[in-house]
Formats: sequence, structure tokens, C-alpha cells
Amino acid sequence: MQNYNVEITDEILKEHNLKKEEYENILKILGRKPNIVELGVFSAMWSEHCSYKHSKPVLKKFPTKGKYVLQGPGENAGIIDTGFDIGVAFKIESHNHPSSVEPFQGAATGVGGILRDIFTMGARPVAILDSLRFGNLNTFKTQHLLKGVVSGIAFYGNCVGVPTVAGETFFEDAYQDNCLVNAMTIGIVNKKKIKKGIAKGPGNPVMYIGALTGRDGIHGASFASAELTEENQKRRSSVQVADPFMEKLLLEATLELIDKNLIIGIQDMGAAGLTSSSSEMAYRAGTGVEIDIDKVPKRELNMNAYEVLLSESQERMLLVCKKGNEKKVEKILKKWGLHAVKIGRVIKEQQFRIYEKGKIVADIPVRALTDSNYKYFPLKKQKGVKPAYLKDINIKIDDIKIPEDLESVLKKLISSPNIACKSNIWRQYDHMVQTNTFTLPGSDSAVINIKDKDLMIATSVDGNGRYVYLDPFLGGMAAVVEAARNVSMSGAQPVAFTNCLNFGNPEDPEIFYQFKKAVEGMAYAAKKLNTPVISGNVSFYNESPENAIYPTPVVGMVGYIKGKNKRYAKQYFKNEGDIIVLLGEIKEEIGASEYLKEIHNLIKGPVPAIDLKREINLQKTCVEGIKKEIIISAHDISKGGLAIALVECCISGSLHGNKAIGAYIELQSDIRVDALLFGETQSRAIVTVKRENLLKLKRIASKNKIIATEIGKTGGNRLIINIDWASKKYSKKLNIDIDEIKKLWMSGVNEYV
Amino acid sequence: MGKKIKFGVVVFPGSNCDADCLWAVRDILNQDAEFIWHESKNIKKYDCLIFPGGFSYGDYLRSGAIARFSKVMESINEFANKKNKFIIGICNGFQILLEAGLLPGTMLHNKNLKFICEYVNVIVENNETPFTNKCEKGQVLKIPVAHGEGNYFCDERTLNTLIATEKIAFRYCDINGNITDEANINGSVYNIAGIMNTKENILGMMPHPERAMIKDLGSEDGKLIWESLINYIKKS
Repeated sequence: MQNYNVEITDEILKEHNLKKEEYENILKILGRKPNIVELGVFSAMWSEHCSYKHSKPVLKKFPTKGKYVLQGPGENAGIIDTGFDIGVAFKIESHNHPSSVEPFQGAATGVGGILRDIFTMGARPVAILDSLRFGNLNTFKTQHLLKGVVSGIAFYGNCVGVPTVAGETFFEDAYQDNCLVNAMTIGIVNKKKIKKGIAKGPGNPVMYIGALTGRDGIHGASFASAELTEENQKRRSSVQVADPFMEKLLLEATLELIDKNLIIGIQDMGAAGLTSSSSEMAYRAGTGVEIDIDKVPKRELNMNAYEVLLSESQERMLLVCKKGNEKKVEKILKKWGLHAVKIGRVIKEQQFRIYEKGKIVADIPVRALTDSNYKYFPLKKQKGVKPAYLKDINIKIDDIKIPEDLESVLKKLISSPNIACKSNIWRQYDHMVQTNTFTLPGSDSAVINIKDKDLMIATSVDGNGRYVYLDPFLGGMAAVVEAARNVSMSGAQPVAFTNCLNFGNPEDPEIFYQFKKAVEGMAYAAKKLNTPVISGNVSFYNESPENAIYPTPVVGMVGYIKGKNKRYAKQYFKNEGDIIVLLGEIKEEIGASEYLKEIHNLIKGPVPAIDLKREINLQKTCVEGIKKEIIISAHDISKGGLAIALVECCISGSLHGNKAIGAYIELQSDIRVDALLFGETQSRAIVTVKRENLLKLKRIASKNKIIATEIGKTGGNRLIINIDWASKKYSKKLNIDIDEIKKLWMSGVNEYV
Repeated sequence: MGKKIKFGVVVFPGSNCDADCLWAVRDILNQDAEFIWHESKNIKKYDCLIFPGGFSYGDYLRSGAIARFSKVMESINEFANKKNKFIIGICNGFQILLEAGLLPGTMLHNKNLKFICEYVNVIVENNETPFTNKCEKGQVLKIPVAHGEGNYFCDERTLNTLIATEKIAFRYCDINGNITDEANINGSVYNIAGIMNTKENILGMMPHPERAMIKDLGSEDGKLIWESLINYIKKS
């Protein structure tokens, strides 16, 4: 056996990403020097990725309770009630660092990890969403990353048989060195069969199921908790390799085990592998664990305890079953061509105790690894400092020249990477398997039917890093508000959300300020919208020596459509001759917009204001209008403003074999024409109704104090926008061929995927 | 109404359209249907076996290459040679039937080398078969595909035989039924989307009829294929 009692030098501490004072704490906890195995364990468990040491105090600001919440943050995934006998489990997670280094495997294993988080709760995954950020699309690097990430997600999700139903993809220079890959999974669980990651009952066996342990991914958690330097990028061994077929087997076997009520607790071996899964399961149950390294199934020869404990080989799970049930567990695993191996047992003493060749090679109090309230836990109490760049961040609107040729502005915007169609991305994802996807990708939110229940789920994943960069608090609010609005455009009541908080190095006070303010903004909006946070993930250190990413909180919202009739709406125009109505206000807000970036080359504020009361009322209006079958289609106005939203209403239906439908629009307004067409004022939507229902819609809107303006009619094969100023000299007319604009829309991003 | 047709949906460890197929024939079309685990040999009692889509054994080697050696396949020839017994292979199921030699030809990667999931149009080439008798000849069906290896290939002789004996069930076409290169999403020989064996009791097709069963999913055209078979079995 190897000698683990090596001298712990500064260099070794640095390799393990441990600070000097953290090492001092380790000495106090153990009352002796740690050996190298124990140091590795501390290093992984105290990494930001596992410990949330920088973020935990801030995350407490989120509302996490509510009448729908069955399981809040702290488990493998959160769960909300449906009012039926089922719950909805969901969570989002990042796989940014691995994807930046090896996009295909990084993204694929990201999907694998989040799927396991869902099915370990006993839930069958029914949908995957993804939120992606890349750098400049005109660079080879971005094209390479984009292709790799998309095919990695497709490779995994398609094989496992879970539809990838929605997502978002953005391109900004700030993500050039650090792409973001956030994946979300939604699952359905029988409320009586919810499982948790707990190691209850001393004497009960700890069993290992799934793939063998190899040397891949050792120190993945600490890899994800450092900036991506050139030296770091070489740490390719930190990226794990995906086996979606193994995942599919694990999924079916796990759900069968849970269905037959054979297990007490189960957890994915995710970040920090066997170490985190076993210690966290023990912590939640107030117990300890003993594990015998010799019994762990290994893929490679001569793996030592250090490697086995810190391996992040994929598709592995740890479970605790009742003593005596081992054979039954093994039988089910065998049916799926897998093995279950007893590798240890639950103990009463709250210790994380590891044996190798009969000798103890690690012996650490469980709480020291997992409990942020533990005396020596390295929780960081930090203060933020307002970043200097925020001082001079807003435009004076009068300095911005209004372009003469608005048609070419519209054409440029529609083909710009952040607005252009992403169909070549989601065409690679099986988004139809399970035969529940009623609203296919390319609408504001996906609608997932629940068979045999008067229930459907609408879901959307959203975030706008630029907004958060320009105004962290407002940007944080905007992420929540937009996700909720997208869900409501399908006719769903937003219920709860999960979030992935992607930021730079939190030890930098300016980054910490962004983080804190963004979370405060999100928490504020979440409280007002009555949509608690039920799960989430923090990804720090998304920066290179050149720059940090835009602070990018991503919100994955889930809403319900209830009732026998299952009424829902899609974003695109459905019929010719329908009346087009603008819900919401027209304001002179062009700050932070795609228009300002693409046309004036300016990334400047002010970020559009949010009136939460108005936002809630807008959502109510849409949900009620759709439920009563008054609203035929509904699309929120976001990137690119009113004009882009109108174009999308005209052409996005044609992606799934429907007809593109033109429109004739009359706008009467005295504000700047660029703000009118391209401003991103919040809390607005374009809806269509039949002529005879217009009054009914107006009544619903006025009850909710929302302005409803009839702005035109659908039909034809052109989009004509007539702008009529009070003083006629500024009147403008845009007249665009639908097929031509569709070509531009289809070309912006699709050719690079 | 009369007697219900008995469907068996063959489940391999990596099948993932098994539940959808069961739903389509049992819940939507109200027939008898159940899963058959790939280790079972007891397949005699079924009128029709469905080989569903998915990734039967992960398909890292070649789609369907391993599944053909599973236990359930041992008695498949005997089943297929009996009177009034039918087999439908969809997507990965089609690939398995090709690998097993029950249908001629093979599958290549899609011509763009990417997985493609979307609604496509296929034209009914022959409507006098157990699987298409409820369709019009030349009818355009809107049914989705979802595959990475759906580029059907066979040698010229086989193709000529398929054409001459009218064993091509469906071909990719545009919305108006024109058979064009653009509509041929995966690059298949002769735009082939589905074929039958000589006896016309085995159908293999890449599009997923079980995904086009209700309007909310975007199309009901998939029903026609199942209903044709049900109709045929009931009449015979």
C-alpha cells in the first residue's frame, strides 16, 4: 500500500486549491496532520463547487417556501406539488469549465449529471432544457465550441430518450474564453415514492451501482473552482467521458428499485464522486459511513484510495438499502445488465471513514465536510464593492442618432446571432420522444403534456447577462420576470424556478457585488411573483486572465396549465384575418438592447425598468385570455423589441410545417421611432384574437390595468408596419417580404451549427 | 369493433420509444398491447410485433448491430414466416430488422452527419399493402423523424427489385408530394423512408408514426399506418 503520510507543503496546498487558513482549520478539526487522502477529500468538499462557501450566505435571500413546494434546495433536486398524486422535480446545473476545454464530453456529461439528479429523487425525466453562452460567432473557437456542445447534448439526451424541449443560446464577447453550458431537467414523481439522498440506519449496506471507477475527472470539483488559465486548460484529465447507454440502464434500474421500495436513500456520484455522495448522504441522515476502497469496482489497475475517492467517472450512483435487501437490489441491477456491489455500511458515529487493505486511510467528521454551520467550515463572509465600470454606463438617448433606413436595421437585427433562428441547434435534439411535447422548440416556452392528468407543464429557461452586467439588481429581476412571462405566454401560471448562477471569481469584491446584487434582484422578483426557488447551482470562476464573463444568472421556470380542456397558446400567428393586439406600454427605452449593440455598437444602459405589479398583471391577462380561448397566439416582446417580436410571430410557425403569415400593422406614437420598434421595454406581449373577441380581451386587460392596443391584422405574405406620428412629417413605413426576412432569420446562426 | 389486435412492443435495454408505441396502439387506438422484454422467446401470441426506436444497446458500434443477437430474435424468422403475423420496425427498430436480414439494405449516417429531429413529409407509394390500405395512393403524410443513421442504402439490383415489386412503402417528399433532393433529409437512396419484405408482412420505416397520433403533437397522420394494419388483420 502506498504511503499517504506525505509532508504537506505550500505547493501541495496550492495544487489542492486550499488556502493556508483553510489548512489551519483542517489541523484543528483532525487534531493532527491530515494525510494526502484526507487533504484531497477536504480539497474537493471545500471547493466552491461542493461547499458553496462564497455563495451560501447570499443564497439565503431566496424565497424557498410556498404552498407548492414539496422539496426545497439542499437535495439532489427540488420538487413541487401539482395538486394531483404527482410532483414535478427539477433542477438546473452548470458544466461550464469542462465544456470550455472539451465541448462534446463536457456538455454531454453535464446533461448526464442533471438527469441523475432528477431520477435519484424517484422522478422519471420528461424534459431537458439548455442555456448556452458563447463568444464571438465569427471566431473559429466559438464555432468549434458551439458545434461540440450542441452535438454533446444531442448525443446524450437523444440516447437516454428524454426530449430536449427548450433552451436559449447567446453570443457575447465576454464569453469568448468561458462558454456557459447550463442544463436543466424536469421529472415527474409519484409523491409517495419520493427518494432522498440519505444514509439512514446504522448497519445498513452502502451499495455502488453503475459504471466502473476510473482515473477520469479526478479533482473535477476543484477544477471547476478556479479560473481557466492556460495551464488549467491542459487539465484535460479533469473532463469525464459520457456513456448515455449506461445512464439509460441506470435510470431504468433506479426507478425500478424505487418503485419496488427497496432503497432508503440514493445519490448520484457527481462532483467529488464517492466522497461527496457518501458524506452528504450521511450528513442528511445524521449518521456516518464506512467505505472499503478495495470493494469499489475499478476500471483501471492500481488505483489508490486518493484516486478512487476523488474520481468523477460518470454514470455511477451510491445507494443505501435496508439490510437484507442486497440480493433483491442485485437482481434488479442484473436484469439491466448492471452490478450492485456492497462497498460499505452506515455507522452511527458521524465519521467519514475509509478503509484500504484493512487500514483506515481517512477518518474525518462528516459535518466538517458538509455542514456550513460547522465551526471550522470555510464559509467566506465577503463584502462587495460596486464595480468602477458602473459609474459611466448609461447613454444619453439624444446622443444616439436615429437611423434613416429602418428596414435595413430590422434585417440586420433579425439575422444577428442573438435573435436569429436556432433551429439547427434544436433539430439535433430529439424534442419529441415521449410524445408529450405539445409546443415544440422555437416558441416562448415549451408545453409538456402530462398524459392521464388534467395538467400540462410549461417551461422556459432565461437570462440576460448583458442586463445584469449593466445593472446587476435589475438584471437579476429581469431573468426571473422574463422566464415567468415566457411561461405565461403559453397560458401557464408560473409556479417555481431553479437557477444557475454563473459568475466570475467571487474573491474579487466587484464580482461579489455583481453576485450579491443579482441574487437580491432575483429574490425580490421571486417574492413578488410568488415563485420560490426550489433548487439551483452556483458556478464561479468563469473567467480567464483577460476578463470575467458577464454575470449570468439563468432561471429555469416551471408553470402549470390546469383543467380538462388543456388550453394553451403558441407564439406564432395561427390564422389569416386575426386581430393583433399589443398588451403593455410603449416607452422610450433603448438602453441595453440588441439594437444598441448591433446597430450602434454600444453596450450601455439604462436597462429597461421593471414594474412588478404591471408584470404580474400582464401575465394574468395572458393566462386568463388563453384559458378562456380568447387569445389565439401570444408572444412576449424581448430582444429586438416590438418589430422583432412581430417578425417572429409571422415566421416562427413555419419551422414546424405551418404557414408563415404576414401582418399589417398601424402604430400611432410620438416617441422615437427606434425606441418604438426596437426598444426592449418590459412587461409587453403581442397577442392575436378573433374580431368578435377583441372586446372581451380588452375587458380582461382593463380589469388588470393593462393597456391593450389594437395594432393590426394578420394575413398576406408581407409584414407592413405603418408608423403614424402626430406630426405627419416623421411618418414611416416598413414593408417587408416574409420569405425574404425568414431567409435572413434562418441564416444568422444556423450555418455555423 | 370486434376483436382487438394483439401488439407486442419489443423492449431492448436502450429502447426509448417503447412507451410511445404502446401508448399509440393501446391508448389511442384501443388495441391490446404489452411490452416484450428482449430476453423473452414467447412471441407466438402476438398478431404484430413492434420494434420501437431508441438506441437498443447504446448503438456505439452501429445501430441495431447488437440487438439482432438478442434472444427475442432467435424465433423471429419462425414468427415472420407464419400466416397473419406482422412486424413493424420504426427507426432503430428498422435498423435492427435490416441488421437481422429481415429487410434488405443498410443504414448510413445522415448525409449532413448530424442527428435530425423534425416533421417530414412522406408519400405513400403503394396503398395496397397491410400497412397502407387506409391511405390514398400518392397521399402525403406528415410524420416526424428523429435519427442520426437514417440514410437508407442498398445496391442497384435490390433497389430495382424493390421498385419492380412495389415494396417501397414511403418516400420523402415535399408538402405537395414532389420527390425532391431537398426533401430527402438524410440522403436515402431513391428518397426511401420505408420498405416492406417480399411477403409484405414486415414494414421498416424511419419516420415515427407513433409520434403523429394526435393533433396537439402536430399531426395525426401516423394513425393511418396502424389503422391500415388493424383493418387488414380484422378482414383476413
